[in-house]
Amino acid sequence: MRRFTSLILYALLSLVIITAAQGRWVNPYILQIAMFVGINIILSTSLNLVNGYMGEFSVGHAGFMAVGAYITSVLNVWLFSSTKVFGPAVLSPSSAIYLFPVTLILGGIGAAVVGLLVAIPSFRTRGDYLAIITLAVNYIVKSSIENMQVIGGARGFMGMSGIVNAMQEVVNVPWVLIWVLTSVGVTVWLLHRFVNSTYGKGIVAIRDDEIAAEIMSVDTRRMKIVAFMLSSGLAGIAGGLFAHILGYINPGTFTIMKSTEALVMVYLGGMGSLSGAILSAVSLTLILEFFRPLQVAKWVVVPLLLILLMLFRPEGIMGHREFTDVFPALRRFFPSHGKEK
Amino acid sequence: MALLEIREMTHFFGGLRAVYNFNMKLEGGELLGLIGPNGAGKTTVFNLVCGFYRPTEGEVFFQGSRTDGLKPHEVTALGMARTFQNIRLWNSLTVFDNLCISQHHHLGYGLWDAVWRTGRYQENERRVRRTAEELLEVLGLSHYAMEYPKNLPYGFQRRVEIGRALSIRPSLLLLDEPAAGMNPAEIEELIELIRWIRKEFELTVWLIEHHMRVVMNVCEWIKVLDFGETIAEGPSEEVRKNPRVIQAYLGEEEPAYA
Amino acid sequence: MFVQSFFQNLLNALQWGSFYALIALGYSLVYGVLLLINFAHGDIFMVGAYIAFFLATLLLGQYAFALPFALPPMAVFVITVLLTMALTACVGVTIERVAYRPLRRKGASRLYVVITALMCGLVLENGNLMLLGANRRSFPELLPTAVYSISGINISNIKILVIIATVCVFLLLETIVRRTKLGMAMRAISYDRMAVPLMGIPLDTVIVFTFVLGSSLAALAGVLFAIAYPVLEPYMGALVGWKAFIAAVIGGIGEIRGAFMGGFLLGFVEIFVAAYFPSTLRDLIAFSILLIFLSIKPTGIFGIARATKI
Repeated sequence: MRRFTSLILYALLSLVIITAAQGRWVNPYILQIAMFVGINIILSTSLNLVNGYMGEFSVGHAGFMAVGAYITSVLNVWLFSSTKVFGPAVLSPSSAIYLFPVTLILGGIGAAVVGLLVAIPSFRTRGDYLAIITLAVNYIVKSSIENMQVIGGARGFMGMSGIVNAMQEVVNVPWVLIWVLTSVGVTVWLLHRFVNSTYGKGIVAIRDDEIAAEIMSVDTRRMKIVAFMLSSGLAGIAGGLFAHILGYINPGTFTIMKSTEALVMVYLGGMGSLSGAILSAVSLTLILEFFRPLQVAKWVVVPLLLILLMLFRPEGIMGHREFTDVFPALRRFFPSHGKEK
Repeated sequence: MALLEIREMTHFFGGLRAVYNFNMKLEGGELLGLIGPNGAGKTTVFNLVCGFYRPTEGEVFFQGSRTDGLKPHEVTALGMARTFQNIRLWNSLTVFDNLCISQHHHLGYGLWDAVWRTGRYQENERRVRRTAEELLEVLGLSHYAMEYPKNLPYGFQRRVEIGRALSIRPSLLLLDEPAAGMNPAEIEELIELIRWIRKEFELTVWLIEHHMRVVMNVCEWIKVLDFGETIAEGPSEEVRKNPRVIQAYLGEEEPAYA
Repeated sequence: MFVQSFFQNLLNALQWGSFYALIALGYSLVYGVLLLINFAHGDIFMVGAYIAFFLATLLLGQYAFALPFALPPMAVFVITVLLTMALTACVGVTIERVAYRPLRRKGASRLYVVITALMCGLVLENGNLMLLGANRRSFPELLPTAVYSISGINISNIKILVIIATVCVFLLLETIVRRTKLGMAMRAISYDRMAVPLMGIPLDTVIVFTFVLGSSLAALAGVLFAIAYPVLEPYMGALVGWKAFIAAVIGGIGEIRGAFMGGFLLGFVEIFVAAYFPSTLRDLIAFSILLIFLSIKPTGIFGIARATKI
């Protein structure tokens, strides 16, 4: 039973949040922050797979997010609503409620395919040169979207709030929130299981010594493809959710700045620590919200805080460790975890 | 069918001829030594055989199939394992994990099973872990299973690396200078270990070594390399007396000045 | 007509590439010594431009108080350039001392230093925005612009100045790195970081020297950029900085001639793509070329793949 404890706890927590949202006990602003926390958790944990566990330096995570956001949004608007560009709705708007997860996953798959653009050069390129390739992919994605006038180009793309409304007309519950919570749960659960299996630890072997990994039986190419596609696919799902929270996206959202945010969360939390990535995603999102009244000064204060933090904890909050290493008593709830035989 | 057959293998690094016309045939069960002065191309031969380099010319057959041109992990999957001159363990993973990950080629499950923890995952993971545990046990490393390799004494790191190679379940084990950096006591243990491993796991062992004590005590057959060419070959006692070998190691005999 | 526009674009590309090259040199120098991608470097360039702005307006007596003496324009230009370089170098070294060195001392993974560098860049950008506001500043005319037209090609004295300055800087740097003691120490560090302090070379001095060189080059780029495009805003360094970093990598990061060539190459690609394609496609095409180039030659033009010995 214990192995399900964390799952049940998370389900309960989600239920409380959803009930609170349903009963309008919290104001929509706080709810939105909660959803952004969720998005950031997906972004930082998925980037941690590549940057932390595999030890590459991907600086273009927002590009994959953009691909997912646009694919999911365009599919939804095309399928479920009547617009000038795409004509009348292909399917009845009420079916959005069932097909939303499908389009979300399709967005993730699309992003994973774009992830191949990075994965394939990574066979030969490492380190800072690969960082540039990820940067280039980020720019290419953003620039391609800007040049596609059908989906709004640089002006952006909207109509997703219509989809959310259509879903809520059928059953009136906060659907986006539900899907954010579900995706966060699935992401963390999936990554946790992946990196704790011998199969997944192959990517840590690549980080430690790629040559030894290749010679000692790890198919490094396949593992790199798996890691990059998994990471970018999850970022795509985060993007799809992000688009439906805002109801409006434009390519300017998915710049290096957004990628940098994800990067900071990974290194703040600690390379190769899932709990660290979650912790830093939550805290950074909240800190940024907390300092919002400072306006411009926010972007001076927060980086200064981070620099200070780096000086005191040069390995991030958690370092390489997981929560269960710091509090061994928790370990019994995560039987698959790390250090026990 | 020979276990390993190398035919006229030649390798160039740019204009530098690192290995020239290397021939060898292992039937299985031998304990072979490859010696030669520094820079003779010994490690390059290993790198060529294990697939890390692709020979410029020549053919390599392992277990009856041609392996030059295969990727290293594919060669490994056929049952060839090696250790490295400078220990290359995965230092942020525990000793135990080191021995598990090296079984990657026959894990028997993929991403899907890992995520869903299917029956196949449970079963195979249990098998992999058991193999690692057993190996650690017989190598006397159980106590260090949860340690990180970099925290272990040098001799133990070597031992872990041999354990990692064994976890591949190889039929051919390549050891690249296993005694480098060891003290005399550790060398004695190593000699015992290599002999025991070969008997216990029914392996063919091929090793590169500088320590004559190890080579002469362990190897039945020795091949001597100098400037990429094989200059001598034969049972250890014979090779030891071979004038060309002495010359390669010690240089030309100085003319006696009055 | 085609030939004319070609040569006009060539000249523009040389000028545009010069800025990239000058900033890329700073990236490469620091990278060569520390293996650190100094992401704050683009913002150092911005700081340089702003320092130049304040110095120039001060020297030209555009503040409430006039200087007791009037300087000839040439003197104003030279003083501005030199003082800007010196002051910006101080900024660069301060960042090194305050943010990077303590991390290095603690043995942090170099990626944490890279993140710190990103943060330093943000602080510089937004600090500037906070202190000086979002309004753009127009840079005073330090040098009178003269445009010569030779068979239909417009050549301005500023373009020539920029290009010549860049080439001179390149030659000077090559000499410093090859002939002076500090330069040789820089090269030694990039080969073997551990051995250098053991050989009695003062590591920190060399690092500070590297930051002085890099930052003052960024400052020079800042002054020249401000003269050529006299509009300053706090975010001017961000995009140029990223692109200069890309230029440094194309050339083979850590290599001085690599940064120089990479800068010009990126300048050429950008100007020519913009000249013959719709300008919205500029980034798309430029970065696609980069992607393909790096897939074929993973270590850049001059970068040498370090052979791993096993």
